[in-house]
Amino acid sequence: MRIAIVDESATRAAVLCEGLSAFADCDLFVLTERRGLVARIEEIAPDIVLMDLGNPSRDVLEEYFAVSRALDRPIAMFVDDSDDEAIAASIDAGVSSYVVDGLAPHRIRPILDLAVRRFNAFARLQADLAEAKGKLAERETVDAAKRILMDSRALTEPQAYAELRKTAMNQGRRLSDIAEAVVTAHKLMGGAA
Amino acid sequence: MTTQLTIGFLPLVDACLPILAREHGFAEAQGLSLSLVRDMSWATVLDRLLYGHSDAAHLVAPLAIATTLGRGRPASPLAVPYVLGLNGNAITASPDLANAICPATELGEPTIVGARLKQVATERRESGQPLRFGVVHRYSSHNYMLRYWLASCGIQPDFDVEVITVAPPFCADALEAGEVDGICVGEPWNSVAVERGVGRIVLATAQIWRRGVEKVLALREPVLEGRRDDIERLIRALVAAARHFVDPSNWDANAEILARPEYLDGSADLIRRAISDQLLLCAGGPTVHFPDFMFQHREAASFPWVSQAEWLYTQMVRWEGGTIDADEAHQAARVFRPDIYRSALRGTPEPLPGASSKVEGSLQSMTSVGMEQGVIFLDNNSFFDGRAFDPDDLTGYLAALR
Repeated sequence: MRIAIVDESATRAAVLCEGLSAFADCDLFVLTERRGLVARIEEIAPDIVLMDLGNPSRDVLEEYFAVSRALDRPIAMFVDDSDDEAIAASIDAGVSSYVVDGLAPHRIRPILDLAVRRFNAFARLQADLAEAKGKLAERETVDAAKRILMDSRALTEPQAYAELRKTAMNQGRRLSDIAEAVVTAHKLMGGAA
Repeated sequence: MTTQLTIGFLPLVDACLPILAREHGFAEAQGLSLSLVRDMSWATVLDRLLYGHSDAAHLVAPLAIATTLGRGRPASPLAVPYVLGLNGNAITASPDLANAICPATELGEPTIVGARLKQVATERRESGQPLRFGVVHRYSSHNYMLRYWLASCGIQPDFDVEVITVAPPFCADALEAGEVDGICVGEPWNSVAVERGVGRIVLATAQIWRRGVEKVLALREPVLEGRRDDIERLIRALVAAARHFVDPSNWDANAEILARPEYLDGSADLIRRAISDQLLLCAGGPTVHFPDFMFQHREAASFPWVSQAEWLYTQMVRWEGGTIDADEAHQAARVFRPDIYRSALRGTPEPLPGASSKVEGSLQSMTSVGMEQGVIFLDNNSFFDGRAFDPDDLTGYLAALR
C-alpha cells in the first residue's frame, strides 16, 4: 500500500512516518514542499493521503481528487456514515485523510488510528515543550527580579525572593507576574535588563 | 450571562464582520462571546463546522450549497442566515497577459478585455499551451464569476483555458512561477501580487456582476434551529459591525485590527486600500477609486436573497454539465434563510425586504423597492452582458447560457 504524508512540518511527518513504518508492505512518501504537490501526488499514485488540517494546500488537493474522479482511481475523503466517528477523531487530532475508492476499511482503519495517535502525541509534545520554555523564561525573569532587588536594596538572595513572594501573596498574583513587573519597571527607570 | 459562539474564518478582508463584531464589543452587547478560529483552507473551515469545532463559519457561498447537496462528500444541510458581503474580488493577470488584454494601466472594460483575451486564449490553445487561471476553490463565487465572464466572451472554460485551484496565500507565487496566467481572488491577495510586480489587476469582479454574492455566514442547519436565539443575536452584532465597517472614519482603526497576526496577519496598508475601495492596479502606479469594490452594508447587502442561492446553483449545474434537478434546486434555495434574517432584525432600523427573491441583474439604475420595514433603493445590479436571472425559470436561464 502506498501512503503519502503531506505535512509542512517535517518533524511531525517524521513522527508519523516512523509509526507507519511498523506496518508491513507499506511504501511511505513524505511531502513537505508546497510547490509541485499535485504533480508529486500524481506520480506517487498513493492509496492513502494523510494531510495535516493546517495545510494551505488542502483545497488544491481536494480539487485534484475531484477531477481525478474521471480517472481510474477516484479518491475521496474517508467519509461515509460508518466512518463518522473515525473522521471526527481525526479532525480533533488535526489530520485529514483521503483514500482511493475500493480500499477495504479494515486496511484503512489501523493506519488512520495510528495517524490520530501520532498527531495527538505530537501536539502533546509541543504543548509540553511550550510549557517547559515558558517555565524556563519565568525562572529567568524571577532571577532577574531578584538581582534587581539585591542590587538596589542591598538584600540577600533569600530576602529578595521572600520580598517577591510576599508581594505576590498580598496582591493575589503569580510570583512570575510580580517578577515581570519588577523587571519592566527597572527597564523603564533606565536600568540594565 | 454571555453565550459562547465559535466562528471559523480564512484570513481574507471579507472576514471583517465577525472580527469587528468581536473587537468592538458588538457581540458582547448582544450577550455573545465570540471566539474566532483561523484556518488556511476552506476544506478545514468546513471540516471544523461539520464536526462541531465551530458553530458558524465564514464560507464561500457556493460551498455552502455544494455541502448541502453532497458534492464531494456526504450531504450535510447548511443554512445561511446572513451574507457577509458582496464582491470584493478581482482578476489579476501576469504582466505579459495584462499588457496583451488590457494595455492601459486602468481597470478594463469586461467586454473589450474579454475580446482580446479570446484572441490570446485561442492562440495559446492552438499552440498547445493553453492559458491557465487560478481560482480559490472549485465551489467559489470566484470560479463562477470568472467562468461567467469567460463564457460570455466566447471563451470556453476547460477547453480554451484551464481553470485550477490555487490557495489565496500562494496566488502571487503561482503568478510569479508562471504556474498560472491569471488569478481571481479576494483581497489582500491581488494587491500582494501587484506589490510584488508579478501581476496587474485588470478587472474587479463587481464589473462582471455589479452585486454578486460572495462570502456567507454558514451554520449546520440543526445548529441554527437549536440555537436560534443566539444566531439572531449574532446577526444583530454583525449588522452593527457592518455599519462600523463602512464608515470612513473607522477605516484606519479597522485596517489595523484586521491586519493583526491572529486575524489576517498582513499589511494594514493593503487592507485599508481594499476596505476603502481603493485599488493599486500595478506596482508603482496610482491607486484607483472603484466604488463598491467591497459591499458590506448598504441596500440590505447582507440579506440572503433566495434568488442568489438559485443563481449559484445554476452555475454549479452549468459547469458540471448537468441539468436542473427540481429537488436539488429546492434544497439549494432553502440554504439561504431570509426568514431568520427578518426575524433577527424586525423592529431595528435595518430595512427588511418584503420579498425573498428578485430577478437578479434586472436593475440598470437606482430603483425603490417595496419593504416590509424601512425604505430602500437598490442600485444597478446588472451582469456585464446585460442578461438577467429570473429565478422562476432556472432551466430556461441555463439553456440560454449554453
